[in-house]
Amino acid sequence: MLHTVNKSPFERNALEACLNRAASGAAILLYEDAVYAAMQGTSFADAMHGAASRFEVYALGPDLAARGVDPAKLVDGVRVVDYGGFVDLVAEKGPVQAWL
Amino acid sequence: MSDEPEAAVVKRFLYVNRKAPHGTVYALEVLEMVLIAAMFDQDVHVAFIDDGVYQVKKGQTPGALEMKDFSKTYRALEGYGVEKLFVEQESLTERGLTQDDLLVPAEVISRAQMATLMNSMDVVLSA
Repeated sequence: MLHTVNKSPFERNALEACLNRAASGAAILLYEDAVYAAMQGTSFADAMHGAASRFEVYALGPDLAARGVDPAKLVDGVRVVDYGGFVDLVAEKGPVQAWL
Repeated sequence: MSDEPEAAVVKRFLYVNRKAPHGTVYALEVLEMVLIAAMFDQDVHVAFIDDGVYQVKKGQTPGALEMKDFSKTYRALEGYGVEKLFVEQESLTERGLTQDDLLVPAEVISRAQMATLMNSMDVVLSA
């Protein structure tokens, strides 16, 4: 299963809802405003660190770049993918559950 | 009837930004409202709280999304007489950010000071 989340964890609880329900080992892709969750040093970083140990967590590179989030300063274990990687995740891990 | 123009009314305007910049259109729309108020020579203040602080984060390159990089416009506000920019300290801290991460000179104030600022305005517009 691939879970996708596109909302900031500081504004909506979509990511929290996802993390509380995804099966161990599931893939989770953060894109659009959800990529802020992947930054080091935020009040959400501990939750994200825990998530990275239970799930495969990915962040979409172009959305990091748009928001000025340095891909070298993400929570340990979060992997960066580009649009091609997004497509590969859908193809390999599907079905997709979108947490809006 | 006098030909004298009426004395211009100047009000204290506060624009409160609470949304991250690229996921929705709110940030860009507020920026346009700010420029309009500035053209009418109003006393314009701009606040960044909650996810709004991301609007003034350095290093934004939305070209990869084929979107306009309006983050540069915040730096140009000074040229329109908009110099009263306020960023809430608590919102920065929650997001692992500091004043050094901001792309524009802004006064970093506490949540309590932000509340006082809001309470001192004639008009508050929020998005």
